[in-house]
This record gives sequence, C-alpha cells and structure tokens, in this order.
Amino acid sequence: MTSEFDLRTENDVPSGPIGKTLIFTRTSRRRFLLQVTAAIAAFTLGPRFLALAQAAAAGATKTADLSTHDAVNVHLRINGKDYAIDQLDPRVTVLDLLRERLHLTGSKKGCDHGQCGACTVLINGRRVNSCLTLAVVNDGAEITTIEGLANGEQLHPMQAAFIKHDGFQCGYCTPGQICSAVALVKEGHAKDDAQIREWMSGNICRCGAYTNILAAIKEARDQSGAAVKG
Amino acid sequence: MKMGVETPSQLVDIKRLPLTQIEELPNGKGVRVGALVRNSDMAEHPLITSRYPVLSQAVLAGASPQLRNLATTGGNLLQRTRCYYFYDPAFPACNKRKPGSGCGALEGFNRIHAILGQSDQCIATHPSDMCVAMAALDAVVRVQGPKGGREIPFADFHRLPGSTPERDTNLVRDELITAVDLPAIPFATRSHYLKVRDRASYAFALVSVAVLLDLNGGQIRSARIALGGVAHKPWRALKAEKELAGKKPDPQAFRLAAEAELADARGYKYNSFKIEMAKRAIVRALTTVAAIA
Repeated sequence: MTSEFDLRTENDVPSGPIGKTLIFTRTSRRRFLLQVTAAIAAFTLGPRFLALAQAAAAGATKTADLSTHDAVNVHLRINGKDYAIDQLDPRVTVLDLLRERLHLTGSKKGCDHGQCGACTVLINGRRVNSCLTLAVVNDGAEITTIEGLANGEQLHPMQAAFIKHDGFQCGYCTPGQICSAVALVKEGHAKDDAQIREWMSGNICRCGAYTNILAAIKEARDQSGAAVKG
Repeated sequence: MKMGVETPSQLVDIKRLPLTQIEELPNGKGVRVGALVRNSDMAEHPLITSRYPVLSQAVLAGASPQLRNLATTGGNLLQRTRCYYFYDPAFPACNKRKPGSGCGALEGFNRIHAILGQSDQCIATHPSDMCVAMAALDAVVRVQGPKGGREIPFADFHRLPGSTPERDTNLVRDELITAVDLPAIPFATRSHYLKVRDRASYAFALVSVAVLLDLNGGQIRSARIALGGVAHKPWRALKAEKELAGKKPDPQAFRLAAEAELADARGYKYNSFKIEMAKRAIVRALTTVAAIA
C-alpha cells in the first residue's frame, strides 16, 4: 500500500485519439470507496456517477488521511479572480471547494444530489449543479457564483429584481435561483411564462415563492433586452 | 455513489476525449452524436431539431437545464435502471444492488415500477427519456474496446432483468461508448415524444411514448413506437407497430395497436394504473403525430 493515488497526465497515448486523460488510481484503504470495477466503473456509470464520486469525499475529507501524494493542484478563475488551489483532495466537488475551502458560501448545499438546484453556479457560462461535478475535472474553468454577479455595490439586475418582487422567503434557494435565472435569460429561454417555468424547473423553492420569482425574472429579462433570442 | 450504492476504487475522467461532435455521416447515412455531447447541446443542435424532433423533445423532457448541461450521450445511455429500493443501501433486499438478496419492490411500494418485460428478480424501470427516442429511431451504439470497435443495435444495448438484474446493458468491462449513430429516416420529421409524469416538469416518466409515423396517401406505411417508464429498458412496441402497418391513421386503429402492445402487461399493487395509462398515451402520441403536416 505504497501509493494511495497515482495521478498521471498522459499526453501521448500511442493508440487512438485519446489526447489528455487523467487517471486516478486508489487502493482500497478508504472504507467508503471499496473495490468495484475500477476504471470501468467510470465508463459504465457515466458522468453523473463520475461526479458523484465525491459523495464519499464530502463526508470523508475531514477524516481521510490524505497524503500529499494524493492531492492535486487545480487552477480556477472564479468571479474574475484567479485561484491556484494546491493540495486539493481530487474527490472534492466544486460546491465543497467553493464553500469549505474558498469560503464562498453564497452557493448553497441543499440536497447534494443534483435535485434541488440550490448549488447552481455558472461554469464556463453554463449553469450546472456544482454538487455534481468534481473540482479537479474543471481545471482551468471559469466559474461565476452568486458572489460574482454584482458590480461592486451595484446589484446585478436579476438580484435587484428578486428583491423588488420579493422573490424569496427563507432565501436558501435564492443564490441558485438567481444564477439559474441569469443563465436562463442568456440562453434565450425566457420568452414567456410557460417557458420560464419549464426552464427554471431545476430550482426548487420550498417556500413556494415561484410567482414572485417569475415576476422578477420577467422584469430582469425585459431590462436585459435578451427576451427573444432563438 | 453519493448514496453509497457504488463504491469504486478508481475513476477515470474521460471528459477530454474528442467525442463531443455532432456530425453528418457520409452518403446521407444519418447523423453521429459523440458520446460526450452534452444533452443540452444535442437537444438544440440543428441536425437534431430538424431531422429528429422526437429526440430533441425527449432530451428536453428529461432532468433539468442544469443537469442537461452536465449529462452526456454516453452517460445518459448508462444510467442505471433503478428504483428507490436500489437507492437505499439500508434496505437489504435489491437483486440489482446485491444479487440474490431479493426484490423489495415486488411486495413493496411499486407505483413507479415496470409492467412489461420484468422478472420476479427486478421490476425497476429505465429512467431515460433520450433512450426511448433513440430506441424508436433504431439508433446504433458505437463502442470501442482493446480488440477494436463494434456496433450495438439499440434494441440489444439495454437488457431485460431476467435472472441477472445487476446487469443493465450488454457493454462489457473494457468497452467505452464513443458515439451513437442515428440512421437517416426521412419520416422522422413526423415524430413526437409524449411524457406523462406526476409533475409538469422535472420528474421521471410514469409512462412515455416516442412515435414516428410514415404516412402514405392516408395509410400508415410503417410506425415506430417506443415506451419509457414501463420496463427495465426502453421498450420497443413491435406489436403495436405491426398492428398499425397498412391501417388508416384513425383512433380505432391506434387503440387496437395500444391494446395489442399491452396485452401481456402485468401490474402490481400500486402500478396497475400504468397499463391503461400506457394505452392512452400511445393513442394520444399517435394522434398528435398523425396531425403533423
């Protein structure tokens, strides 16, 4: 049991157009990640489960004896600022990195299973559930969180509209709602009420502020002039 | 993995492989969708929306915009067939999670479960919408292994549970999906995906139907129908298709076809409603498609 993690970057794979591929190898020392079928697991389970690898990690980062050999270095540009993150446990999700390591706690952990949308952030301009994607596979990415939307003291129009229309009650889902709504308008999926409801369905509001969220999105959309793309 | 159902010791990030293209196949043979094309990109790609509207509709009926931004073609294909008994490791019985341990759903709360092709080992349903459309389109899954590549017809890709419900697909250990080929089907423009679910959005199908109709002078030349939410795999409705060939596209023919397909259906305590629901969904989807100009 000499090496917990064997992290290699293969730039020249002789057969086929493989390109640059990261391979993580791990012994079965950690209880939470037992044997199963190694590399093939990632292939057969697909990206959702690949991202879910971190499952175990979330609970385990505190207790796992992560040796320096296991850790990876990741570079991210978050809210316009460069972050060189050293010694990162490769099982950490973007959400846990943001909250626990970088203390950007605006993005919320609701379900941690990609069901509620509270953790929604923009990665390279697309809205994603940050609880379902590992930080290490996003190396080099540009991330925008709720903290990065305002321009200094000037709120983003979507933030201002949420306040004006009372688009929240407890506020826990709000950062995800707003990030999602910003992407929604940019995507051109905010044409009418029905389309907004459908394309915001990945953000659950347990307080039921949907009516006011809809009103806020419409106002921000009209201000942005991006209503009728597509 | 987050539920502790899967505990792999090794993960490989394949996201940097060059499998992100949607491209036309030579000689008008159809369209190839790379394994790493995101679901959101597939759904809005001009080659898909113009030639295979049923596929675009199906993808957009699945998950949420955020999830579709992460989900890929290959990943969607490899979603586990599953139910809540599979998801809960605290529950001892699940033949899929732990072969030989039994099926909690058979006598349990089985509202979302299968009515076609199931076994007493497993009555879970395949969750994908995308795959239902691909089944109707006779897509071909291209895979690569150390010994070379092979092509798997869509109908042979996913498996019925039989006595080995732990195996969802016929992909073998050392194979990787590289692409899905969609054959050229001129009448695929006359297609539709209908999804019936508990919520208006962001819910798995209770029943879904993908339909393509080839009409010729007021007659059905051929129909392609696949069902979701009813079986361990996307369910190609061959009996209904056979019933429809040569018929006039009217409600009576549609109902007879639906009856034929569901003749062998078997429900359980909480999901028997799905049998009639599937029949009506087939009729409604066919009615919608027949009305497409």
